[in-house]
Amino acid sequence: MIAYNTLVVLTGVSLLGAATGLVGVFAILRRRALTGDALAHAALPGICLAFMLTGERRLPVLLLGAFASGLLGNAVLAALRRYTKLKEDAALGIVLTVFFGLGVVLSRLIQNHFPGGNKAGLDSFLLGKTAGMTRGDLFWIATLAGICLVAVVLLYKEFKLISFDGDFASTLGWPVYRLDMLMMALIAVAVVVGLPAVGVVMIASLLILPGAAARFWTHHLSSMLILAGIFGFGIGLLGTMASTYLSLLPAGPIIVLTGTTLFVFSLLAGTSRGLVARWLLNRRFQEELEERQLLKIVFEKRESAAKKAQPPDVAWNFTREDITGRKSWSPRRAAAVINRGIVEGMIKFNAAQAYSLTEFGRRRSIEVTRGLRLWEMLLREHPDLAGPLANLGEESVTNVLPVETVKELTLQLQAEGRWPE
Amino acid sequence: MTAVLDIHDMTVAYNRKPVLWDIDLVLSQPQLAAVIGPNGAGKSTLIKGTLGLIPLASGRVEMFGKGVDQVRRQIGYVPQRESVDWDFPVNVLDVVLMGTYGSLGWFRRPGPAERAWARECLARVGLSAFEKQQIGQLSGGQQQRVFLARALAQRADLYFMDEPFAGVDAATERTIFELLLAMRQEGKTIVVVHHDLRTVPQYFDYVVLLNMRIVASGPVETTFTPENLRKTYGGRLAVLDAAGDALKGQRP
Repeated sequence: MIAYNTLVVLTGVSLLGAATGLVGVFAILRRRALTGDALAHAALPGICLAFMLTGERRLPVLLLGAFASGLLGNAVLAALRRYTKLKEDAALGIVLTVFFGLGVVLSRLIQNHFPGGNKAGLDSFLLGKTAGMTRGDLFWIATLAGICLVAVVLLYKEFKLISFDGDFASTLGWPVYRLDMLMMALIAVAVVVGLPAVGVVMIASLLILPGAAARFWTHHLSSMLILAGIFGFGIGLLGTMASTYLSLLPAGPIIVLTGTTLFVFSLLAGTSRGLVARWLLNRRFQEELEERQLLKIVFEKRESAAKKAQPPDVAWNFTREDITGRKSWSPRRAAAVINRGIVEGMIKFNAAQAYSLTEFGRRRSIEVTRGLRLWEMLLREHPDLAGPLANLGEESVTNVLPVETVKELTLQLQAEGRWPE
Repeated sequence: MTAVLDIHDMTVAYNRKPVLWDIDLVLSQPQLAAVIGPNGAGKSTLIKGTLGLIPLASGRVEMFGKGVDQVRRQIGYVPQRESVDWDFPVNVLDVVLMGTYGSLGWFRRPGPAERAWARECLARVGLSAFEKQQIGQLSGGQQQRVFLARALAQRADLYFMDEPFAGVDAATERTIFELLLAMRQEGKTIVVVHHDLRTVPQYFDYVVLLNMRIVASGPVETTFTPENLRKTYGGRLAVLDAAGDALKGQRP
C-alpha cells in the first residue's frame, strides 16, 4: 500500500510530465525548445522577489512571480533579437545567464537577511523537490494538465498549421500571432508550474525529452502528441519513484536522467527513425537483395544459353564462379549468400562449389527476375514515377503501382522477349 | 465589372529602404500572370504584401472589389517550397487537407467529405500513390506539387504562387503548367512569381515586369519586349539573350 503523500506526489509529477510533454511537442516543432529553457531560468528572480515582497512561501504567489519574470525574460529576448544585431543563440545566452545570476544572488540575500524558517524551500526551485508536494499543489497541476490537454485537442488543427506553415495560416485570415501567443503561454504555464518539482535548471528537459523521444516512433503529429504525453507521464512517474527511493538526491536531476534513458532507448529502438531499427532493416534488405541478385544471375545464365541456341540447362546448375564472375562479391560473400539459399531450401549442393536450384528455387528465380525487370522497365518508361517510388526493398512493382501500369510494363517486356517464364 | 485584383500605390520598405515603390497593378479579368524581375526585385514581397503577410508602408489592395480580409476564402496561396520544414511529422494527405482548413472554422476537423476532396486534388497533380508518404520522402518537384494540391483544395478564385517552378525537372514543369492552364480555363486568376524568362511567352498570357517599381505590365505579346526587359534587368546580356531566344521561338 502506497502512502497517501507518495500517491499525491506521484500523480502530481506524472501529470506535470504529461502536460509539459504535450506542449513540448510544439516547442520542439516551432524550434522554441531553448526559449522554454530561457523562460525557466528567467523565472528564478521572480520567485525570489515574490517571496521578498510577501514574506511568505505560498506557492501560487511564488509561481505568479515566476510567470511574470519568465515573461519579462522572453520579452527581453524578443527585444534583443529585434533591436540589436545579436543572433538568436547569443541573445538566449545573455537572457538565460543574466536572469539566472540575478536569481541566485537574490536567493542568497534571502537566506542571509530574512529570518524565519519559511525561506528554506526556496533552494528547491533550483534543482527541484517533489517530496513537499501537497494536495493543493496537485490541484493546480491537475488543472494545468487539463487545460493543456483541452487546448491541444481543441486547437489541434490550428496549432498544426501554424507550426507547419504560418504564412499559409495567415492567408486564411487566421489570427496567427494570437494563436502563437496562446501556444507560448501554454508552454510558459507548464514550465512555471513544473518549477517547484523539477527546478529551473532541469525543467526544459521535461519539455523537450518526451517529444524528442516520441519523434523516433512516429511520423504523425497526432501520435507524436499522444506518445509525448505518455512518455512525459512515465518519466514523471519513474523519476519520482527513483528520487523517493534514493532519498538523498534532488528530484530534478533524477527525472532528467529517467527522461534521458527513455530518449536514448527511443533513439536506438524507435520504430520510425531508431538506429537499431534502421540497422536491422538495412541488414535484412542487404541479404534479400543479395539473394535476389543470385537468383537472377542463375536465371540469366540459363536464358543466355538458350539464346545462343545451346540447350538450356534443365538442371539449373551453377558454380560459385558464375556468381563471383558476375558480381564483385568476394568468394566468401558469395559462399555466404549461397549458404543462406541452401538453408531456405532454394539451392541444392551437388559437389564442391557446384550447385543447382531446387524446384522452389527455380520458381523464385523466375519471380525475382520478373520483379527486377519490371523495375528496370519502370525506370526506363516512367522516370518521373520511378524516382520516389523506386524501392529496392520491394521485390516487384506490383505492390506500389496501379494494375494498369504493371500490365503495360509486362506487355512491353513480353514484346521485347524479356519476360521470364 | 470589378477588377479581380487592384493594387494601388503599394510601397513596402525594410528599415526605410524601399523594396517595392508605388506599385499600381490592375488585373481586370482572369489571367495567367507571371511576375518577373531580377533577384531582389521584390517579387515575393509583392505577393506577401498583397496578401497582408507583411506590413505595407502605404497602399491599398482590393480583390473582387473588396478588402483582402473580406475575400480570404477566395484566395489561394502557394508559398516558396523552402519556407517550411519538410521534416515536419505530417504525411502528404495531411498537407493537402490544410487547404480545406479555411472553410472549416474553429475547432472543426476535416471529415470524410474533406478527405475525398483532398484525394481528388492530389489526383489532379498526379500524386495519388503518395498519399501516406511522409512529406520529407518526396522529391523537390513532388513537394511543389503537394503545395499545388493544397492550393487546389482551397477552391479559390485568385491564386498567388511563389516560384512554383523552382527546382523542378522539365517533366514536372510541364505537369504543373498544364494544371495552371486547366485552372485558368475554369476562370481562375493565377499570379505566379517566375524566374525563367524563356518559358514566359510559352506559358503565360499576362506579364508583370518588376524591379522595385513596375517597369511594365500587360499582355505578353505587347509587354514582353526586349526593350522592356532591358529596362527591367539592366544590361545583363545573358538574360536578354535567353529572352531573345524565347521571343524567336514564339514568333518564328
